[in-house]
Amino acid sequence: MDTATKEEPAFTGSVSKPHQGKPAASAVPVVSYRDVKKSYGDLEVLHGIDLDIAAGEKVALIGPSGSGKTTLGRMLMTLEEPTSGVIEVEGEPLWQMERNGKLVRANEHHLHRMRSKIGMVFQHFNLFPHMKVLRNVTEAPRKVLGLDKEEAHDRAVEMLRKVGLEDKLDVYPSKLSGGQKQRVAIARALVMRPKIMVFDEVTSALDPELVGEVLAVIKEIAEEGEMAMMLITHEMDFARDVADRVIFGADGRIVESGPPQELFGQPKSDRLKSFLSRFV
Amino acid sequence: MWDWSYAASILPRLLSALQATFIATAWGFALACTLGLVLAVLSRSRFVLVRLTVDGISEFIRRTPLLVQIFFLFYSIPLLTGISVPALTTGIIGLGLHYSTYMSQVYRSGIEGIDNGQWEAAKALNFTPVRTWSAIILPQAIPPILPIMGNYLIVMFKETPLLAAITVVELLTTAKNINARDWRPFEPYTIVGVLFLVISLIVAFLVGWLENRMKQRYTR
Amino acid sequence: MVSKWLEWLPLMWEGLLITLQVTFLSAIVALIIAGAAGLCRISRLKWLRGLSYTYMLLFRGISLLVLLFWVYFVLPFLGIELSKMAAAVLAIGLNYGAFGAEIVRSSILAVPKGQWEAAQALNFTSAQRMIRVVFPQALIRMLPPMNNLMIELLKATSLIYFITLTDLTYQAMILRSLYLPQTAQIFGLLLILYFIIASVISLLARLLERKLTAGRM
Repeated sequence: MDTATKEEPAFTGSVSKPHQGKPAASAVPVVSYRDVKKSYGDLEVLHGIDLDIAAGEKVALIGPSGSGKTTLGRMLMTLEEPTSGVIEVEGEPLWQMERNGKLVRANEHHLHRMRSKIGMVFQHFNLFPHMKVLRNVTEAPRKVLGLDKEEAHDRAVEMLRKVGLEDKLDVYPSKLSGGQKQRVAIARALVMRPKIMVFDEVTSALDPELVGEVLAVIKEIAEEGEMAMMLITHEMDFARDVADRVIFGADGRIVESGPPQELFGQPKSDRLKSFLSRFV
Repeated sequence: MWDWSYAASILPRLLSALQATFIATAWGFALACTLGLVLAVLSRSRFVLVRLTVDGISEFIRRTPLLVQIFFLFYSIPLLTGISVPALTTGIIGLGLHYSTYMSQVYRSGIEGIDNGQWEAAKALNFTPVRTWSAIILPQAIPPILPIMGNYLIVMFKETPLLAAITVVELLTTAKNINARDWRPFEPYTIVGVLFLVISLIVAFLVGWLENRMKQRYTR
Repeated sequence: MVSKWLEWLPLMWEGLLITLQVTFLSAIVALIIAGAAGLCRISRLKWLRGLSYTYMLLFRGISLLVLLFWVYFVLPFLGIELSKMAAAVLAIGLNYGAFGAEIVRSSILAVPKGQWEAAQALNFTSAQRMIRVVFPQALIRMLPPMNNLMIELLKATSLIYFITLTDLTYQAMILRSLYLPQTAQIFGLLLILYFIIASVISLLARLLERKLTAGRM
């Protein structure tokens, strides 16, 4: 398994390029995967991933279905535990913590603290159906961040305005279109002000005509700059447009990676060439 | 407190009383299955009046206690008709009638699970209604619902002690009689409880096994 | 004929009050047990799961009437003396609590996994995930089966006749002995009364369901 990764271009260190005039803020990457493996039973789906994401960097993960992109994001959101390897968030191990000078498996308290830096938008929105739109967005700031009612309300309205839904505060999610639901989900994740946000195939469950509005919102957020993004996507134009760096993964490995112009312009590996040929 | 030798001494009498319990369960279940099917088919009738009547009666039976229904059958029918029916038979009719309304819903769920195309195919082949039901619909509707029917078998088994109210000498009545004779409630009632529990669990295990087999068969 | 019905009313009224009282109290006990056992059944702690599983297995497997006899006749023999009312409420509550626990468990498990994950991604604590996100959704799923369960529970209260608690069924049996020729009418009236109570329970459950889902679906 390890030998295979070595054939591929190594990913160590942050190679982010400045994006729209915003330089990478700090030397410590916001997220760092080191030899991360994941197995389900006997089946290994990720074979030792090394990947750094710099603060504020926008990284797009592309690749065929089943290549393990989503698993990579879900492990960062603490929804799945790596089988081995280390994921660091701002230099601190996510799934391990120090106890008496030794690294041990993280407890819920540690995960809770680490999660405050991470946000996620899901393919199927996962809005809370029993709460109106506003409450979907205010619930976590109030109960998790402990903001008072007005502050949470103001923050939520600001975010909902950003995604263009300030007129939908008082409706239940079931009354929204898929695109609107996903924009609420983005506002709900943004309001927690994470350092990095995972966008997990956020347009895959949408009707084609609704994809654009969601991508436009994400692009706008990306241009604001300071939050890092992991964009797991099948939208190649979007990846080219928004990402600082594109990573092509297949069969549980990172096959190729680089700035979008390079990766889409001069793909090196045959895997990527044949993958991209399907999107012309 | 617990006297093993006393328990052993009353066990044979209790075990022989199981016979009436089993008879009531088996015949009641058979009646419920048969009558339930009739109700299920009638509630899909083309005639609104038939549907409403059948559904109304079913709902009424489902929302009233089995015990009261058994009392009604046992004490009123002889007065109204002059026919006297043995207690056990009355109990079986009561059990069967009551649970036929539940069974009818189980059948309906099975029937509704069948693809509309099957009905259309039967129509296209010019099958008679009887043949459509017997050759096309029921053979497909019943296997998936067998486990649910099995669960009702357990439920009905656990309801048979109610027949004690109309003098049927089943398990609980026997325990009562033993207690009336010896004034020791502990052993007879505990043994009866354990017997019901053990038999229910055994049947539940078999039903679970059946359910697994059905699942395998239908996911293949 | 009508005057006869009027003569029955006082006794039936007394019986009705007992039936309603037993129904209400056992429903409370059953719902509390159902909630606790249902939650324990999906707990992360193995011993809690095991405990809850055993409870559900035992009390769903036993016959309610036998359980009632055991609680009322055997417990005093073991030194635990319960009033008729307490014995009835305990037996019915334990029995229906076990069925209710399965409803609670399956309703919680039926809430899509994405809801748990979204709540986790927003950094809710595990208690908050359950209380604020999952349980309110599970509650709506629980209502229809719980409604059916409560109707079954109401019907089961007729069994307290066996321990001579003076409920509707018991009073009807008294009336029958006084008005033997009217046996059919007495039992007919009794059935109608149960049907009405059951329909009221069903109506209340449906109103509650409508209130909880208002505007949402």
